[in-house]
Amino acid sequence: MKDPARFFNYYKLMTCEIYHTSLVTKVIIMRATSQERGWTVLDALELARWQFAITTVYHFLFVPLSIGLAYLIAYMQTLYVVKNDETYKTMAQFWGKMFLVNFAVGVVTGILQEFQFGMNWADYSRFVGAVFGGPLAVEALVSFFLESTFLGVWIFGWDKLNKKVHLASIWLVAIAATLSALWILTANSFMQEPVGYVINNGRAEMSSFFALLGNPQLWVEFPHTLWASLVTGSMFVVGISAYKLLRKQQTEVFRRSFNIAIVVALASSLLVAFSGHSQSQHLMEAQPMKMAASEGLWETTGESAPWTLFAVIDPEKQENRFEVKIPYLLSILAYNQTKGSVPGMLELQAEYEALYGPGNYIPPVRTTFWSFRIMVGAGLLMILLSLIGVIGYARKKVENWRGYLKLMIPAIILPYVASTAGWVMTEVGRQPWIVFGLQKTSDAVSPNVTSGMVLTSMIGFTVIYGILAACFVYLVVRFAKQGPAPAGRASRHESEVLA
Amino acid sequence: MLETVWFSLIAVLFVGFFFLEGFDFGVGMLTPFLGKNDLERRAIINSIGPVWDGNEVWLITAGGAMFAAFPNWYATLFSGFYMALFLMLLALIVRGVSFEFRSKLESARWRTTWDWLLCIGSFLPALLWGVAVGNLMKGVPIDGSMNYVGSFWDLISIYSVTAGVCMVLLFLLHGALFLNLKMTGDLRQRARAFALKIGPWTSILLLFFVALSYYETELFAAQGVNPGLIPILAGAALLSVHFFLKAGRDGWAFAMTGLTIALSTITVFMYMYPNAMISSLNPEWTMTIYDAASNPYTLKVMTIVAVTMVPIVLAYQIWTYWVFRKRISVKDHLEY
Repeated sequence: MKDPARFFNYYKLMTCEIYHTSLVTKVIIMRATSQERGWTVLDALELARWQFAITTVYHFLFVPLSIGLAYLIAYMQTLYVVKNDETYKTMAQFWGKMFLVNFAVGVVTGILQEFQFGMNWADYSRFVGAVFGGPLAVEALVSFFLESTFLGVWIFGWDKLNKKVHLASIWLVAIAATLSALWILTANSFMQEPVGYVINNGRAEMSSFFALLGNPQLWVEFPHTLWASLVTGSMFVVGISAYKLLRKQQTEVFRRSFNIAIVVALASSLLVAFSGHSQSQHLMEAQPMKMAASEGLWETTGESAPWTLFAVIDPEKQENRFEVKIPYLLSILAYNQTKGSVPGMLELQAEYEALYGPGNYIPPVRTTFWSFRIMVGAGLLMILLSLIGVIGYARKKVENWRGYLKLMIPAIILPYVASTAGWVMTEVGRQPWIVFGLQKTSDAVSPNVTSGMVLTSMIGFTVIYGILAACFVYLVVRFAKQGPAPAGRASRHESEVLA
Repeated sequence: MLETVWFSLIAVLFVGFFFLEGFDFGVGMLTPFLGKNDLERRAIINSIGPVWDGNEVWLITAGGAMFAAFPNWYATLFSGFYMALFLMLLALIVRGVSFEFRSKLESARWRTTWDWLLCIGSFLPALLWGVAVGNLMKGVPIDGSMNYVGSFWDLISIYSVTAGVCMVLLFLLHGALFLNLKMTGDLRQRARAFALKIGPWTSILLLFFVALSYYETELFAAQGVNPGLIPILAGAALLSVHFFLKAGRDGWAFAMTGLTIALSTITVFMYMYPNAMISSLNPEWTMTIYDAASNPYTLKVMTIVAVTMVPIVLAYQIWTYWVFRKRISVKDHLEY
């Protein structure tokens, strides 16, 4: 308790977080319990949806930073080993500290992800386990073991292993994290576009493992996610380096960090955009309803489709009250040419009713429409910002652009906004399906789990997640303020460095 | 056939999990008690620091393997033991981050908080896994459509709680023996003294649990009067711990609790076979591994993956134990 003010801040932060969480919880409880007041009642299904949304979005705040930062650290450490320059070691260790705190939250929230399918979605697990469980098991066997074992080796191996073996351990962590993304996205791609299965014994059974791995959806989704992770990692390094450069602290460390990261940020944010484009083209074939919903497109377009920049959507009347459109752009996005009609939701609804029987096959349109625009907007902004940064770096002037550097600190949040919006669009846009064309989300929930149980666990997890988020942000801000420890040695002298 | 292979593989994964996380949980529970100051606690945590995360993956893999190979077992077990798993997840979450968070601030209060969360976060999963094993052996209310129809409180009985406490004691002993093997000086002596003290109690309670099993389960009916070599060896290994400790054979003592854990787990799986979930309502509703399994193709693919990967995983995990084989002293550079 050396600095009371600091700890006061810390407790204030924690209290705010707990208070905030309890407010959210209170609203949920009120909605769930006030049937007599005529409020909407949340049943186990709706609560399970919310729980999945909250825990998955939260988990995915940490995953992309883990993947992206792992590669950046591995690269910095490679420079240290090759050039034998201690500054690179300091860099690897400084970013490594942030990486570890982030990784820890990612790991523990990941366990819940795996268990949640069985807990809340038992009928889903029974229906698809023989296909969907496969990639999950492979993910654990191939990736998680490798990742966690060699991360332990990396953390504790600085003084115990020779430099090259130690360097190999962080590369293995980065590769394993990437493989982990590949396997979990194999599972997710099956939900978007089921392949490699047969329906037998009233459930989906795997018929070809290689078809699962060759799922076209996977090969547009995986690169997009991987590049997005590199964007997250590099924007994080850029933002914190900008903060340190503004204060002219340890400029050598942060100049180099900034330079590496800004180049990665530009390259990867462009690649995200390209892979996103190929993903939306694939969407046209695989899930046209999601495409139509993300465009707020009720009626099928004419020969050439305009792109809607902005719309006031009325899902009840199934029309848009106000629209701002850019001609030809949707045709270009969908087909790479100015001509090409894009089917609307009403036509697809009629088509699906004929195919799957009566029911509503239109996902929540507003959410799908706006999440797509938020993602694209954040993505374009990141391309612009990193382009400016690369120009500044090339002209060796970026350290004097104080306004730009100041802007890059809050810009850390952009990749998180984009990732979250992207996943919301992907998952909400697939509704009412949990596995497209095979099982509806409403048929997937555990039949024996009550809303009280889901509510209890949701409150528990949300409170813990809130506290973890507060601790995480607090620690990262503190590490950023105190900067790297001198001469590559960690911690002991923390307080003196901070002064 | 493949169902039996996968049932055995799940058993292997649980043996790995209980053996490895067993001492992690034990060390976690002991941290605030054996470590008298911040430095000692840091030293204790460092004994499992490089390996705990890799050890925990054995559980995640077991979960994933159950999902892939026995979807119905996974679905019934996880939705049925809902509240118990909820508590266990909370515990594993706070425990997992405590390793990374605790040393990142100088504050004594911050560190003490995380040390206690580490302790509770290790205790709860140990207890709950024991309770789960007790219930799996005894049978739980499973209806005709494979759904658990009881409540959380139906999982709590003298038998299942005894199983839980057994698991806690066994892991405490296993953890203390691990520390006795890894630490130096005072800490090692304290760990050794604790192991000597708790060892006999562990044996007595385990014996009591076996006796209870006579009344609560079909264990004896299934195994006959002669239980066979495996459970007897499990008991003998536990009893031998005391003598190995007295003889100063630390490595052997630790190996013996490991053997007890492994053989007990195998005994439970052998007893369950070919059942995955025993129904206490109607024997016809008991879910066998054949009711629970995936299709043969999935099992075949997963067998190829598992048979290739498990030896590789074992090889590099053993390598890490070799890298970090040195005993830990409070005089070492402990922070990271």
